[in-house]
Amino acid sequence: MRDWRFTVRQLVKNPLSLIGIILIAIFVIIAIFAPLIAPTPADYHKDPYMIPRDGYSAEPRPPNELHPFGTTQGQYDIFYGVIWGTRSAFRIALVVISITLLVGIVLGSLAGYFGGVIDEVIMRITDIFMAFPWLILAMALVAVLGPSMKSVMIALCAVWWPSYARLIRGDILQVREEDYVEAARGLGASSGRVIMRHVLPNAIYPALIMASLDIGAVVLSAAALSFLGLGAPEGYADWGQLTQFAQNYIIGPMNDPLKYWYAVTIPGLFIFFFVLGWNLLGDAFRDIFDPRLARR
Amino acid sequence: MELRAYIIRRVLLLIPVLLGVTLFIFGITMLFSPIERASLYVSSIRDLSDLPEIIARFGLDRPFFMQYGTWINQVLHGNLGWSTVGGMPVWDSIWNFLPATLELAIFAAPLIVFTGIFLGTRAAAHKDKSIDHATRVLAISGWSLPSFWLGLILMMIFYGLIRGLLPPGRLSVEMDFVIHSAEFIRYTKINTIDAILNLNGPVLLDALRHLILPVITISTVNIAFIMRLMRSSMLESLGKGYVLTARAKGLSERVVVNKHARRNALIPVITVSGYVFAGLASGAVITESIFTYKGIGWWAYQAASRLDIASILGFALFTGVLFVLVNLVVDVIYTRVDPRVRLGGEIQ
Repeated sequence: MRDWRFTVRQLVKNPLSLIGIILIAIFVIIAIFAPLIAPTPADYHKDPYMIPRDGYSAEPRPPNELHPFGTTQGQYDIFYGVIWGTRSAFRIALVVISITLLVGIVLGSLAGYFGGVIDEVIMRITDIFMAFPWLILAMALVAVLGPSMKSVMIALCAVWWPSYARLIRGDILQVREEDYVEAARGLGASSGRVIMRHVLPNAIYPALIMASLDIGAVVLSAAALSFLGLGAPEGYADWGQLTQFAQNYIIGPMNDPLKYWYAVTIPGLFIFFFVLGWNLLGDAFRDIFDPRLARR
Repeated sequence: MELRAYIIRRVLLLIPVLLGVTLFIFGITMLFSPIERASLYVSSIRDLSDLPEIIARFGLDRPFFMQYGTWINQVLHGNLGWSTVGGMPVWDSIWNFLPATLELAIFAAPLIVFTGIFLGTRAAAHKDKSIDHATRVLAISGWSLPSFWLGLILMMIFYGLIRGLLPPGRLSVEMDFVIHSAEFIRYTKINTIDAILNLNGPVLLDALRHLILPVITISTVNIAFIMRLMRSSMLESLGKGYVLTARAKGLSERVVVNKHARRNALIPVITVSGYVFAGLASGAVITESIFTYKGIGWWAYQAASRLDIASILGFALFTGVLFVLVNLVVDVIYTRVDPRVRLGGEIQ
């Protein structure tokens, strides 16, 4: 943490990471002020995360005064959907990242600190999870649990934890051999105390930063699941689902092939810029933190 | 370690991984009640009275490990069960859908690996120059694109705006007739290869026309990934002592980069390329679904969304075997790229 200010200065100096920070800031503002940007209709009795509809006809309608981004299949308001969808995106990402980090920290430190059989068992379990395509595993889980935001979160947690467990195990393996850990053990501290007070605080920062930068990746995966119809219930403000609604309206009639461009383009751009923001920031961080590339 | 002993050991290691994967999937599907699982085999409402019989016949109400044991026993006898999605046995479905996916992989894999390595090398050799910045922006953008959205946008432009140019599916209707006719021999069921072997130009062109968009969709993210990996691996390699030595000897920059630095930088890239290929060959679920390109990924997606348990388990076995085999091949390639690497060990 000693060069925290140096890091921040580097991030702001680099135009790419600066764009990333600005993109993320815009999305944070959208998420916080969603009720002001896209207010729920006055007589709305449903969950505010459910997109209001203007009729039931299937065909999307282009942007107009009432619906600045138009309506998608089923007359769901696209503007309302993408604005509140920003909140859904942050919610999924924060829940999935905190749970998987917690699981990763517990299992990773057990494996890394104790080694031997415990390490072997935990690492073989992560092997099993990583040998299987994550999307199919997540799909099977959502299918069994029934499509809902909660199922998506559970499924993503199930496929995401092994990478953190491995990352943290690796960091712990390095710290475990340090003199101060040896000293604490020599003074008779219990394993739990050594892990909690001496090993983890010194091993955890790279993992914490990497994990927070995974927010974009989690949102991308959740959107893919939603797009495949295995996510939010119909009408829930969710970028992946809005893209799926547009799937039947990619191609317009003969004389106007791009008639429904807004239905597919707008939700996709929100996903893209959100993920791009996190990846731009992540790329800069990786350069700063990669010790092999430091001072070159 | 001798090559044969090493391969045998690695194949044996496959067993616990496969048991683990299938046990996990089996466990998930067992969350359904026997009635729910039996009803997957009932096609019409009139047959609902058959449910108790189906449950009894297949032992769907027996304890978890007995059912799992039955499944394992059948697998060992070469019976993977019936795929309701494929309308044929699971084993036949895999063989039926695999050629389409392989066709995609055959075109996408070289594109991904060579473009990625080439751009990554250029970026590292010209660090902080304009090509480095340009490829960085391209890579991060490609990496951030939702592939399902990219596919839809490509289709909007090349199928909608330029009406009918690059259609979805695997072949147009007329060409589908041709390949199923008596004169056309389907040696491999990979349409482009069969078309070349049959010296049939129209089929080849039609197959290629259908392949372009899925290949681009699937490659974009992966090229970005390989390129960034190659760049950082190359940067590390360029900082090593032997590169300094090579430069000091007065070798040209081209030889230093291409011969000395790149060879060593390739090692992590080969590993990841192996995973990328295994991922491609086990089916690109999203790409195949968008373009209704009926390969393994499309089949697995249908199976997962319709809870076709036998198919999901069969797919799990297939991908598990594929990943381990690809890993094995990658390890053997290592010894060719880097003579210091010994099988089963780290770099000395």
